[in-house]
Amino acid sequence: MRSFEYERAADVDGAVARVAGRPDAVFLAGGTNLLDHMKLGLASPGLLVDVTGLPLDTIEPLPGGRVRIGALVRNSDLAADPVIRQRYPMLSQALLAGASGQLRNMATVGGNLLQRTRCPYFQDLSTPCNKREPGSGCSAIEGHHREHAVLGASTSCVAVNPSDMAVALCALEAVVQVHGPGGARSIPVEELYRLPGDQPQRDTVLEHGELITAVDLPALPGAARSRYRKVRDRASYAFALVSVAVAARIERGSVRDARIAFGGLAPKPWRARGAEEVLRGAPATGELAVRAAETELAAAQPLRGNAFKVKLAQGALAAAMRELAGEARS
Amino acid sequence: MPWVFVAGRAALMDARVTLRVDGEPRSLTIDTRVTLLDALRERLGVTSAKKGCDHGQCGACTVLVNGRRVLACLTLVVALDAAEVTTAAGLGAGEGLHQLQRSFIEHDAFQCGYCTPGQICSAAGMLAEAAQGWPSYVSASLTAPVELDDGEIRERMSGNLCRCGAYVNIVAAIRDTLGEQPR
Repeated sequence: MRSFEYERAADVDGAVARVAGRPDAVFLAGGTNLLDHMKLGLASPGLLVDVTGLPLDTIEPLPGGRVRIGALVRNSDLAADPVIRQRYPMLSQALLAGASGQLRNMATVGGNLLQRTRCPYFQDLSTPCNKREPGSGCSAIEGHHREHAVLGASTSCVAVNPSDMAVALCALEAVVQVHGPGGARSIPVEELYRLPGDQPQRDTVLEHGELITAVDLPALPGAARSRYRKVRDRASYAFALVSVAVAARIERGSVRDARIAFGGLAPKPWRARGAEEVLRGAPATGELAVRAAETELAAAQPLRGNAFKVKLAQGALAAAMRELAGEARS
Repeated sequence: MPWVFVAGRAALMDARVTLRVDGEPRSLTIDTRVTLLDALRERLGVTSAKKGCDHGQCGACTVLVNGRRVLACLTLVVALDAAEVTTAAGLGAGEGLHQLQRSFIEHDAFQCGYCTPGQICSAAGMLAEAAQGWPSYVSASLTAPVELDDGEIRERMSGNLCRCGAYVNIVAAIRDTLGEQPR
């Protein structure tokens, strides 16, 4: 590992100025992804600016029933927060579906949003990868790609975004607050992430030196009835093959309104507006949910080894819808 | 040596860190690259935390930092100034064994024992989380009181791998400590 300097940031502006002023500087929060990348040789920063002492670790109510989550709130603390559990259960479930108890105690909200793909070729310096080394080629398209994308990928990269939390935040239309050298800006979670196109090395729209300070949740009363369902190779402690976050307002057996996002299918959390449209006004049944997922995934372009994800996404959405319909009846 | 000093630059990258480890105050001047795991094992002579994968995938290095279970292999020691670190060796009171340690022995909850200190620290942290009412992914309700049945224990301990496959007895050992007063 390359030698690096370490500094503790005293305030947000100072942290931003320090990182923005040095191309080889990075922010350090929970460190669970960054330190792993430094050990793998994927990242070799010359300066770590530790932001964990900044006062961004609280969950606060905002006007209009919104909620502001500080970027440094640990994943476990967010999952256990009473307001999140009651008002946004799919967010708690998504967090609890991710990583392990130890990692959730370390990882922060901002870091979770910015974690990078677990594509094995991206993490293996001995293989070509356009995300790690632009122009070197994609090893996954003709290689091992069972876990890879069926939506939103390009001929240069088929890696998926690994975050569970971001899928729930995408369905909730959460907004990311960012401070950068040019001031503050707000970015809807869905727009934080880029599709790879011919620049797969850029996961997000953030510029060097921009720091996520908070994530704002809308009031969204319908989110109190919501589910996060994750399908994976092991029962626990594994990344998603497919996951789905669903919030649905169900009255007398019909879906009044729904918010749906899929994980494990694409380079970004995949907001499923097509599926939502099919379900609006329709019976809250597994059959309709399958049809909704079919509509959303009509444009899917599976690779040789991951066409199973299309069916899996249908089943995951159907199971979540049946659970929510059952809850609405009880 | 798990770290390499770059000639002529090492002094710039050293940091002075003070910690409490298993109740004892410890100070060291250390290269910024050193993880808590390597500092414990290579510099402080505390070998109960084990190096398995060194990438946050196995849980063998689990310790408690300020009472919470974390992975020592993904923690930079320089970021921990003034922290309270507890390893499996420091869990018991004095020379006595912690109740989880006694229960692991009683239930034969290990074969080679390499993952055991991490399992025990993780279990200690997990029980504290459950006592605070934290739900898990398998909890039927996110808001109901936590009842640690075997499914809950398995889910909450999934970050600790055991290559010998002693899981059945690990779950039994943890289950057997429920309801006992911590000592």
